Amino acid sequence: MGKLTIDEVKHISKLSNLDLTDKELIKFQGQLSKIVDYISQLSEVDTANIEPTSQTTGLENIYRPDEVKPNSFSQEEALSGTEQIKNGYFEVDAVLNKES
Amino acid sequence: MDIPLTIKETQEGLINKKYSAVELVNSYLERIGKYNKDLNIFLTITEDEAYKKAKEVDNLIGQDNPKILTDYPLLGTTVAYKDIFLTKGIRTTAGSKVLETYIPSYSGTVVKKIENAGGIMMGKVNCDAWAHGSSGENSDFGATLNPWNRDYIAGGSSSGSAAALSSNMSLISTGTDTCGSIRLPANFNYLVSLKPTYGAVSRYGVIAMASSLDCVSPIAHTVDDIKQIFDAIKGEDGFDSTVRNINQHKPAKSNFKIGVPKEFFEERLDSEVDNNIKRAIKIFEKLGIEVKEVSLPSSKYAISVYYIVQPAEVSSNLSRFDGIRYGGKRTDFGDEAKRRIMLGSYVLSSGYYDAYYLKAMKMRTKIREEVDNIFNQVDALIAPVTPTPPFKIGEKTKDPLTMYLSDIFAATANLSGIPALSLPFNFTKNALPLGFQLMGPRFSEYDLFNLGKMFEKETNYKPKIANL
Repeated sequence: MGKLTIDEVKHISKLSNLDLTDKELIKFQGQLSKIVDYISQLSEVDTANIEPTSQTTGLENIYRPDEVKPNSFSQEEALSGTEQIKNGYFEVDAVLNKES
Repeated sequence: MDIPLTIKETQEGLINKKYSAVELVNSYLERIGKYNKDLNIFLTITEDEAYKKAKEVDNLIGQDNPKILTDYPLLGTTVAYKDIFLTKGIRTTAGSKVLETYIPSYSGTVVKKIENAGGIMMGKVNCDAWAHGSSGENSDFGATLNPWNRDYIAGGSSSGSAAALSSNMSLISTGTDTCGSIRLPANFNYLVSLKPTYGAVSRYGVIAMASSLDCVSPIAHTVDDIKQIFDAIKGEDGFDSTVRNINQHKPAKSNFKIGVPKEFFEERLDSEVDNNIKRAIKIFEKLGIEVKEVSLPSSKYAISVYYIVQPAEVSSNLSRFDGIRYGGKRTDFGDEAKRRIMLGSYVLSSGYYDAYYLKAMKMRTKIREEVDNIFNQVDALIAPVTPTPPFKIGEKTKDPLTMYLSDIFAATANLSGIPALSLPFNFTKNALPLGFQLMGPRFSEYDLFNLGKMFEKETNYKPKIANL
């Protein structure tokens, strides 16, 4: 394991929703390969029968009552971070085209 | 005026009318005006807010409330917030061009708590973009220089949070520690910092980096001040379900034992750092504390585990920045954010998930169990924060992996969720700050504070700021 191909770097940039230039692809290919090579050291450890850890609190299923709190955002506050507003909503690019 | 370097002295001066809070703010702003441009510490200076709050503080003091310091434990304490803490109505950039013009609609829990405790916000300070880095050089707004020596990095990612204190532009600051991001800069600036237990302090309103590791962390000049800030910011807020209230009145233990994890001393340790920590160990022994060697065999894999778990969580957390609801386009991300997003997508992607992400989560269990077991033998661990003293600007920027390895001794605490108190101790022969860290079991913050205070007393510790 270790060396990433240019096609793999292209693939993960697509998964990451990042548009990269050809120059960036080459730069990241080298840097990511080196990092992946290093983290591949984990393959030398036997981890059979070990449960994975995703968090360290030991807490599970923390609930709260489903209540409307008085200090919720107004529509205006919720939209304050963008300029792409239409009729009080976020305006986004179309995700479907007419033919489909 | 001479600006005091502790909360207690600051408050005594205010209450005894040696100076007003407005005069105090004047003095800090004067230093910010003089040195900030050069050192690149504050990204936003909140002069108006600082004066407004200072006037409030002066009014409160005028009311002769005998309980004033109980009601406002951080009364008159100036604060610099790492620029990933949301502050209502005040620009919050995360050190990234993506959020260059972002104005939050609400403040984070910790910001609110400090505000309610009487803290005075001086502004928002520089950091590695999205808290990705160990040196501060990944900030899209340029590196923060180390006030102790401007050829050197201030440490990251909470670079401005530390430099704001060592240059005396603020009395305390907040940062975050996902893998050493508070302990490194604190050590590199001759300051005290605490990375609390995961789940001790709310992360609400802090821009997320890696959600299972991020800890809101304070910096100050003394252990007492760190304790005072921790008391003000900890506890449940109803907005971060990982947070639990902790009991501070556990009886203090006698016959304390400290462990020295031998794996932390085996590789890549600079000789000055090594000799200095051995001197620190001798001081604990002199205090009558038993110090013994212990082993954490899996800790050598901690940074690999970290560089799988963290980018995986980064790739998910940064996916929300699509330029629709807030912020600029994804093309505005800097190189380090792009690298981490891609690395995360890679280790989570079909065909690699088992070999990397699942494997790392299993190794995290191994590391966590070893750490838990060690605390059956000893009450705390002593270790270096980082393998080297502060390094020069540009020294590690060409090779991301070398930079990542700066955090090799920090990762264990974050992966296992335990608290770590970093303390300043001595300087290198080049007059750069040195220090070390004490780690303890989950929610053992007050034991660490006691140890830290004993150490300060024995070494006759005095806060120091850089000569500018």
